[in-house]
Amino acid sequence: MSPVPDQDPGSRALTPDETQRRRKRSIAIALVLGALVAIFYVLTIAKLGPQIMSRPL
Amino acid sequence: MTSLSNSLPADARTPSLHQVGGEVSDFFALLKPRVMVLVIFTALVGMVVSHVHVQPVIATISLLMIAVGAGASGCLNMWWDADIDAVMTRTAKRPIPDGRIAPGEALAFGLVLSAGSVMVLGLAANWLAAGLLAFTIVFYAVIYSMWLKRATPQNIVIGGAAGALPPIIGQAAVSGSVGIESIVLFLIIFIWTPPHFWALALIKSGEYAKAGIPMMPNVAGPQSTRRQIVGYSLLLFPIGLAPVALGFGGLLYAVTGVIGGLGMLAFSLQVFRQREGEGEKRAALGMFGFSILYLFLLFSALLAEQGLGLFRAVLS
Repeated sequence: MSPVPDQDPGSRALTPDETQRRRKRSIAIALVLGALVAIFYVLTIAKLGPQIMSRPL
Repeated sequence: MTSLSNSLPADARTPSLHQVGGEVSDFFALLKPRVMVLVIFTALVGMVVSHVHVQPVIATISLLMIAVGAGASGCLNMWWDADIDAVMTRTAKRPIPDGRIAPGEALAFGLVLSAGSVMVLGLAANWLAAGLLAFTIVFYAVIYSMWLKRATPQNIVIGGAAGALPPIIGQAAVSGSVGIESIVLFLIIFIWTPPHFWALALIKSGEYAKAGIPMMPNVAGPQSTRRQIVGYSLLLFPIGLAPVALGFGGLLYAVTGVIGGLGMLAFSLQVFRQREGEGEKRAALGMFGFSILYLFLLFSALLAEQGLGLFRAVLS
């Protein structure tokens, strides 16, 4: 028996078009978050340069 | 509790488009991508004329954040102006008035991008550039959109400062200060804005009247607007050549500035002469289109001279 998800009694299942739209938005948000991680990583390397590897412990 | 929801009509239980959310492309449209391209371009020129060596990565991230900040202010503008956008045919199909994105979603999107772009620019470049970007966003979204636009026919004159600031932010991002070069570029865009927008406002005055926006042709009349277009185009000619006088615009820029400036004057005189029918519309659209080309060529000439080494001094 498959679990029944909690659902707002006033809600209904999304249509395939709505599901696809929501999925595309989720992918876009994931890509933006990934880009932010990349920006902060590259920025750190660019600002600190090679010294980042030779800092005192 | 189920009895209440079940007793509602089917439509009331159906999630609206707003609950599901808009397409990714709708959110992108909120950022006014064409304006973003212009902002990237003018900010880049502001960076290049600074002659400061800067890490390409930092410069690229700074440019990106300036563009995102400009997009965020465009998004906040669309959120605030949704009511007037809905009554103008030119803007009725924008995501909010068309019902593709909920106002609250647009507001949240704009605020998050505003804060994010300012923070990242501050961390990537410096806090002067970040402060200038924050000022630009507030100026466009609050001073222009919420106040000036519906209050005075000088709306786009004063509000034009927001669109003119990117070269200053660009210079601040790479040099940590604001120099005469970017101030001159700011002035060029600032003086260019009224003839550019009023040319469009002349042929769209009916639309603006319907929306209750006090654009210059609706308040002072088309004749006065035409005179002011000629006046600003006259003023733009020497200001457009200021980079030559200050030594950072070379031969290519001087030639572009003279030909382009004369073109602006010629188109403005056409607008002044053609006052009725198809001729009026053609002249206004010609002015609007040429003004975009003028600014693009002027800044391209600077970019080519300062960025690609094509600079040949005019004045020793």
